[in-house]
Amino acid sequence: MEFQLPEINLQLMAPEIFLFLWALAVMAFDVTTKRKSSSTAGNLALVGLAVTGVIMVFTDQGRGFGNMFFNDSMAVFFKVIFLAAAFMAIGSSFGLTHTRILNHRGEYFGLILLSTVGMMFLASSSELISLYIGLELTTIPLFVLAAFFKDDRKSVEAGIKYLVVGAFSSALLLYGLSFIYGLTGTTDIAQIRSILAHSAVAGFNPAYQESTPIMVMAVLAILGGIGFKLALPPFHQWVPDVYEGAPTPITAFLSVGSKAAGLVAFAKIMIMGLYDLYDPSKAPNDWGILVGVMAAAAMIVGNVLAIRQTNIKRMLAYSSIAHAGYVMVGMLALNSLGLASVGYYMFAYLFTNMGAFAIVALIEDRTGSCEIASYAGLSKTSPFLAISMTIFLLSLTGIPPLAGFFGKFYVFAAAIKMAETGSGLTWIYWLVGVGLVTSVFALYYYANVMRTMYFVETDSPLKVTMSPMAVAVIVIGVVGVVVFGLNPQPIVQFASDMPAALGALLP
Amino acid sequence: MVPISAYLILAAVLFGIGTVGVLISRNVIVMFMSIELMLNAANMVLIAFSRALSIADGHVIVFLVLTVAAAEAAVGLGLIIMIYRNRATINIDRFSLLKW
Repeated sequence: MEFQLPEINLQLMAPEIFLFLWALAVMAFDVTTKRKSSSTAGNLALVGLAVTGVIMVFTDQGRGFGNMFFNDSMAVFFKVIFLAAAFMAIGSSFGLTHTRILNHRGEYFGLILLSTVGMMFLASSSELISLYIGLELTTIPLFVLAAFFKDDRKSVEAGIKYLVVGAFSSALLLYGLSFIYGLTGTTDIAQIRSILAHSAVAGFNPAYQESTPIMVMAVLAILGGIGFKLALPPFHQWVPDVYEGAPTPITAFLSVGSKAAGLVAFAKIMIMGLYDLYDPSKAPNDWGILVGVMAAAAMIVGNVLAIRQTNIKRMLAYSSIAHAGYVMVGMLALNSLGLASVGYYMFAYLFTNMGAFAIVALIEDRTGSCEIASYAGLSKTSPFLAISMTIFLLSLTGIPPLAGFFGKFYVFAAAIKMAETGSGLTWIYWLVGVGLVTSVFALYYYANVMRTMYFVETDSPLKVTMSPMAVAVIVIGVVGVVVFGLNPQPIVQFASDMPAALGALLP
Repeated sequence: MVPISAYLILAAVLFGIGTVGVLISRNVIVMFMSIELMLNAANMVLIAFSRALSIADGHVIVFLVLTVAAAEAAVGLGLIIMIYRNRATINIDRFSLLKW
């Protein structure tokens, strides 16, 4: 018997390997060194992320590890998002290292880096095993991070809720994946697709006569698992609780990094792998309409429930549910614009949300409160924060010419372009309609925060002292939102390489 | 030889018990055990298919899943001990500081 060693291409994995080792080094350094300032571990982590970015520039695209690892343009695009999200999350954690995280700073930053490594592995996985491992490596450190304030009852409670939900959803996902493996006999996503495409009935495997109901069950389990990660209703209840209780920079990282990771997993499994089960014109006999309903529910639930929130972290949590809905509209539009619009949306969301949470973290450090009411008079005491927050909120609403507007514009344009291509696609117009109407609701609760900052008088306006690192993160956010809003072309260009990565799959 | 459907039904039953356990149990440790049961149901499916198709991939996945489950259990039990120290209870209904 001949045993062939699969082709191992370590060079392709260089950024991940480096960041993994660096994360361990950050933790080890913090434990072993006695005299250090409060920001040493954080600075080390930032350096590690920057070096990883540089290594990524020199890393080739291609396949390695016997097709388990595929560094394509989609992987590169999302890795940039993950690294930037981790960078901005760590940057906005520097206030915490003075006030609340006095011990275990190395673990805090090391775990953020490890979670980033997981996301990067996930982005470049090309088959189910590495995808599952990547997803777990992403979420397990986040359980710990959500509960990082050991003495804060809210934080611990957020951690335990996230743990139960996260573990439950990955078990659901794994159950679904195990059936996909069983019905197709392979774990390679590209092969799964070609096997499904060549069987007479989609989801029908000649080996098992009655496999179609099993396929339906598998798809439902996978949608449930990913639905939890993306917080699409009815799997969204955990989001406000976890986002409120977790340390604010971790909330920001969850809302951007973890969400983008969920999107990558969705794109890999559902769109790349199970593409041939997706035929929107034959709705409701496929998974497209299901995801459409979940997306519509996300837009409605997120935007409506956000209105009555008084805590800004909880409000942003509901708004993130709504944004997941908007992104899924773009994801469902399977034309060359669809995936590119998702990429652009996540890029805009990265700058907007990380920036907004950086401001929330700053104010929480100062006042210990996340109530919207405590933002009263912010425009008098620190006009810089008030103006930046206004820009972020307007971008989240989708006001031109900010990046958030073009995100929504591209997503809806892709969906309408898709709906025009065939009959039986009118439900996509409905989806876009829901998106447009709920955007108006969104304006109401975002404007409420602006009103509080500018027009509500208070006897004791809060004074905020800003650390240079937090200012840097906010400035990066503002510049990103404004520059990529006025000139979206570079990002769109970068993002539109992604559909090409899917090969001949898209029309 | 036992037909593959028997294994799949057993796995479905295990998965069902696990899911119901997570949804109705009030004790975090029992919920966690139920999740492990769900993971093992998936493992059972993988092994059954792997044996029926004579492809070894499924066996390999099971080892990786076991490792991941161990990591998850380590973190999970750590968190449970932490919340017990904090609240002196592990009843999920008592964790209502943040509204569900």
